[in-house]
Amino acid sequence: MVEMNMVQSINSALDNMLEKNQDVLLFGEDIGYFGGVFRTSDGLQKKFGKHRVFDTPLSEGGIAATAFGMGINGLRPVVEIQFADYIFPAYDQIVNEIAKVRHRSGGEFWCPITIRTPAGGGIRGGHHHSQSPESQFTHTPGLKVVYCSTPYNSKGLLISSIESNDPVIFFEPKRCYRGPFYGDPHNVPTWKDHPEAEVPEDHYKIPLGQGRLAMEGDKCTIIAWGTMVHVAEKAIIDSGISCDLIDLQTLLPWDKEIVINSVKKTGRCVIVHEAPKTSGFGSELSASIQELCFYNLESPIQRIAGWDTPFPHTTEWDYMPSTARIVAAIKKTQED
Amino acid sequence: MSRGEEEQIPLHIPDAPNRPGDSSSFEPWKWHPNDLKKPEFDCVADETFEHATGLVRVLDDNGEALGDWNPNLTTEELKLGLEHMVRLRIFDDRMMKMQRTGKLSFYMQSFGEEGIAIAQTMALNDKDWIFPTYRQPGAQFVRGRDMVSMICHCIGNVEDNVKGRQMPVHYTYKEGRFISVSSPVGTQFSQAVGVALASKYKNLDEVTITWIGDGASAEGDYHYGLNFASVFKAPVILNVVNNHWAISTHYNIASGSNNFATRGLAYGIPCFRVDGNDFLALYSVTKWARERAKLGFGATHVEILTYRAGAHSSSDDPSRYRPSNEHEYWPGGDPIERLKDHLIKNSHWTEKEQKDLEEKIDQEVISAYKEAVKYGDLANGPYPSSDTIFTEVYESVPWHLQEQWDEMKKWRTE
Repeated sequence: MVEMNMVQSINSALDNMLEKNQDVLLFGEDIGYFGGVFRTSDGLQKKFGKHRVFDTPLSEGGIAATAFGMGINGLRPVVEIQFADYIFPAYDQIVNEIAKVRHRSGGEFWCPITIRTPAGGGIRGGHHHSQSPESQFTHTPGLKVVYCSTPYNSKGLLISSIESNDPVIFFEPKRCYRGPFYGDPHNVPTWKDHPEAEVPEDHYKIPLGQGRLAMEGDKCTIIAWGTMVHVAEKAIIDSGISCDLIDLQTLLPWDKEIVINSVKKTGRCVIVHEAPKTSGFGSELSASIQELCFYNLESPIQRIAGWDTPFPHTTEWDYMPSTARIVAAIKKTQED
Repeated sequence: MSRGEEEQIPLHIPDAPNRPGDSSSFEPWKWHPNDLKKPEFDCVADETFEHATGLVRVLDDNGEALGDWNPNLTTEELKLGLEHMVRLRIFDDRMMKMQRTGKLSFYMQSFGEEGIAIAQTMALNDKDWIFPTYRQPGAQFVRGRDMVSMICHCIGNVEDNVKGRQMPVHYTYKEGRFISVSSPVGTQFSQAVGVALASKYKNLDEVTITWIGDGASAEGDYHYGLNFASVFKAPVILNVVNNHWAISTHYNIASGSNNFATRGLAYGIPCFRVDGNDFLALYSVTKWARERAKLGFGATHVEILTYRAGAHSSSDDPSRYRPSNEHEYWPGGDPIERLKDHLIKNSHWTEKEQKDLEEKIDQEVISAYKEAVKYGDLANGPYPSSDTIFTEVYESVPWHLQEQWDEMKKWRTE
């Protein structure tokens, strides 16, 4: 085990997979010589060669389409979309092509590709460097959707994504690349000494479709992913209420068992995400929880989410779910 | 052996010609101001083949203005162009310094490319539409925007006209017909065709100008723009600013060809390649394209050949991917120096006047800065109210946003 931040652990996952499988290629904007604007592919072109790790033209649609073609012809491309906000020129290729080719070809062709993309707010990125568009992909049959939160799970989940024979959209919470975020922009911790920063240097996997119990308690179930896992952790501590904290890790398909077992135990639930509330993935979870454990619920499910507005620049701390809002929601679930 | 040939690999993977540690070099230019004549305004695309493969220049290497493209500007016009370029450079320097102190989150300079938007906007009419990228802020000086207002936007204070919603340098200035800058690269290029067609539909003498980078010309929007402009003969001037670099991506990786200008020929649009650091050539080509559009012959496509002398942005460190002094070797030199030298050569300007101008503008920028920070800055606030998160999402506030707005008020910290 070595202590890594999330940039290093993602780099390590890519390094392991390039080493292990000649069919794995990395490409995207600024990811080759420069090593990516967030440095996640730093050193990999030098180590594995330009034909394994390379820069592409600035064309997200072209990147996705090329990955599709390589994928159906036996390669295993891992591509980067520099910011999740810039994924939309690739949306047609992802939604209509990559996601559906296995089904439309009667199982004769499939696309084992991974699309990595930094997402989420908290870096003063304004409208177009802050969005968290996971639900625009969880609504697409044929895709798997992963959202990592720590150095340890980012590596294990990324290796599973690359080895998956289905296409995976892999969201990386950019605010947490160099340290967890506990909701206070003036407190900027690093990953140093964090238990989830102990990462094996070798290949390991965290299965897709499995959530992680990040904290254990019995009064309420908190479900979160990405940066919000850490904000929720701080809120639970602040609330003084004993809670399960589920880091969902994979959103599609999500871990029904871990969620249902927890909600049956606690009878109360708060779902936290950065993306806008309306049609956010919290809506899906909330609907499923009431279908599956309505008679175990002691109080209404609470959703704490980003507002249904564009993501602001100067006032982003009033947009992102805060620990105070989460604490209030946890307390509200305890009222009835 | 040149870069790219050192390893035997099955895929062809292009690279930049020079990387850190390599010496900088560019092919000397073989183009001269007398090479190319102005075509007729109703020319067909193929008649501009020489213009697309050559280089439209007016200022020669000795600072003389020569040839058919010389716009014969008055001394006052030349001095105004010089003043705006100096203004932009000093403004950028000040804003970069402010960024380092946290007064703004981010900044993007126009260093080395100051002439482009300034010369081209000066060649247009006041009612023409400007649809910029983040590297054409200089157009706003030409259209008379108050510098205090520009700084207020960049530092996201209560006087920011876009209410702290966008990152710095994402200006909006409707009064000057300068359309809102968006971060996703390339989107403006195809939208500009729509702006131009609306003017035509309304039968107005208005032309739209837009730009895209060499890097972003790989996006679909570039091709949508060229095609729609061609099909509908839109009164639009479509510029590709080839400054060699899109963050770390050299233009070798943006296109398999080393000429961006000729791409428009296949769409049936007349094309020019122009020296992007030659104020007079930029002015002249833009004037020609405006006249062609006004006469109803449609679009013009221009490659503006230049070099991004500065970093992509305040978040970027170009010494990691290119020789750090490469811009000093650019055959096109520096746009400010070249116009200054031209004026001095013709005895219309002196080094002393240049120094006085720089001092005057430095004071202007410092005074605008002092005025702007009175209304707050990103490091210290005050910011626009967080109520601005909810306003202008729609024309009026629907019930679900009103509920969320009321909820936000209970929790806000700003």
